[in-house]
Amino acid sequence: MTITNPHLLAEAEIVERIEESPTIFTLRLRFTAPERQMTYCFEPGQFNMVYLFGVGEIPISIVSDPSEAACDVATDATAGSSDHETLFDHTIRIVGRVSRGLARLRVGDTLGIRGPYGRGWPLDMARGRDVVVITGGLGCAPSVSVIHYIMKRRADYGHLTIMQGVKHFNDMLWHARYEQWAQQPDTQVLLSADTGGPIWPWHTGPVTGLFEQAHIQPHNSLVVLCGPEGMMKVAIKHLLQLGMAATDIWLSMERNMQCALGQCGHCQYGPHFVCKDGPVFSYAEIQDLFDVRGL
Amino acid sequence: MELEQTQSLGSNFLAREQLPALLQALMDQGYRCIGPHVRDGVVVFDDLQSTTQLPQGFIDKQQPGNYRLELTDSPRCFAWANGPQALKPLLFKARETLWRASRIDGRLTFEEVSVNTGPTAVIGLRPCDLAALKLQDAHFLETEAPDPYYRARREQLLLIAVNCSFPAATCFCHSTGDGPVAKGAYDLVLTELDDGYLVAAGSDRGKTILTALPLDEARPAQHQAAGQELRDAAERQQRRISSQDIRASLFASLDHARWDDVAQRCLSCGNCTSVCPSCFCYSEADDTTLDVQHSEHYRQWDSCFTHGHSYIHGQVVHAGTRERYRQWLTHKFGSWYDQYGRSGCVGCGRCLTWCPVGIDLTEEIEVICDDH
Repeated sequence: MTITNPHLLAEAEIVERIEESPTIFTLRLRFTAPERQMTYCFEPGQFNMVYLFGVGEIPISIVSDPSEAACDVATDATAGSSDHETLFDHTIRIVGRVSRGLARLRVGDTLGIRGPYGRGWPLDMARGRDVVVITGGLGCAPSVSVIHYIMKRRADYGHLTIMQGVKHFNDMLWHARYEQWAQQPDTQVLLSADTGGPIWPWHTGPVTGLFEQAHIQPHNSLVVLCGPEGMMKVAIKHLLQLGMAATDIWLSMERNMQCALGQCGHCQYGPHFVCKDGPVFSYAEIQDLFDVRGL
Repeated sequence: MELEQTQSLGSNFLAREQLPALLQALMDQGYRCIGPHVRDGVVVFDDLQSTTQLPQGFIDKQQPGNYRLELTDSPRCFAWANGPQALKPLLFKARETLWRASRIDGRLTFEEVSVNTGPTAVIGLRPCDLAALKLQDAHFLETEAPDPYYRARREQLLLIAVNCSFPAATCFCHSTGDGPVAKGAYDLVLTELDDGYLVAAGSDRGKTILTALPLDEARPAQHQAAGQELRDAAERQQRRISSQDIRASLFASLDHARWDDVAQRCLSCGNCTSVCPSCFCYSEADDTTLDVQHSEHYRQWDSCFTHGHSYIHGQVVHAGTRERYRQWLTHKFGSWYDQYGRSGCVGCGRCLTWCPVGIDLTEEIEVICDDH
């Protein structure tokens, strides 16, 4: 075959494995072929297809920064290696056959990668403006990639508001990271848990209950939304009430994906193939579909 | 219908007794020939060694949920509308290996699968099949990441269409604009009469075949008769898709009560998507050897009527039959316009015929879009 086969994967090696919680882990990866590693670049919000040998492929968002060296001391105290080679990270929650198998892999094990795929966050459009990151759920990798990106280029962006909600206070990952982020200038970190507890110092209730405290300039902000559709719906309602434009509200959609090439048909959302037209959409692009259940 | 230009039917005439010469010419030029046969009571496409294998004298009776072939004393070989499948499975295989992976001593390697199809001529394609081929081409080839497997087969394909004089009761290609006369995209097109075929070439490869055939000059009476048959074939079609903006109407009717109504009848079996010549969904899976050293990654046709089609970690987005039928119809007649600039339906009627409960989507669309 003379043309490149878009279905083919490349081998990647696990350089580091970080246990984030009993059900969430991060794999730090490097392609084993140096030429593949050298040419690999991606944008925040894009994803890879990750293949567990003999089991299958799943789409996983890339959580690290495009330019991130293996040790990003400034933003991530958990990173260990001091080698300055560019690597890429996937934070994965155990939900199915493939992710359960991936969780059992160890440093030095190999898996298959193809990507990156999809349209990422419009971070160029956000330059010079405030950014509001609203996340519901566990280790929401697509939005964490945005926080990493802005932290590394802090002067390019205005105020950063981070609103992170989880169901149970035990689910909150990366305490240290959020605390570090909160220390950064011009940065507000607001956390919430639907179920708090005696030692939970932040808001108890849904993440959308944080709006009263949030620093949001409706006309000079770009919103990055990630989480369950129900939570995003409520957040969008608040944001529109604040006077935000639908074109300034961006969200990451999830649908079944098997090919990531816009061919297998599973990720269709109205006219969109989420794998290539998304996964990041502006609310303006999908607002006619977003309120309809079961599309 | 552009039947005024009857010259598009060709100035050549191939007498019935000379039909074997067409097959011979194709074989002489190195083509594997595929054409219609009667098997298990339906018209199927398979390897053709002789024109005696063609379904001579057969006509088809189709109704929603019903397909019967009848043998008549007609000398014609193409006096039927269609069978459950034609071109799609020849290009987009129902199951095919995409790559193989091996894990030996902890190292993973990936190996491409090559498709080595020789030149293949398909005889007896319907205008609806050609229209559907263009839709599949748009999906699999006219994209940033063209599918190498589809492409390898597509490049080897010679298309010999036969204009459709015998549409079934389930056909509505005239209203979708895809038949009963073939429009471009063929190498040769035949129009069948009792005593033979009007023949026209649509490509240089088709012209090369023509030069090898014992042709007569077509007479005006033959043109006239063929033109009349095709006009009648268009007029005979009772079912139709409205020419109004169905896309807008469907998306304005996502909460229509009819979705619940059709969900009561639909079995969510996926027959419609299997026989649909434009449906392209597929799923991917692995077959791994017992020693866990080799794995074959394959794709197979999938359907938006399955539970797994919209599954994401613990939830099914298209949870019930209502949502699945709505996805099928709003995609085929709605979002297909956004994706590929036209409707995804070519009016072949297969989804009506092969629906076990006889759901007629022309009727569903009419009801759902009626309020708009």
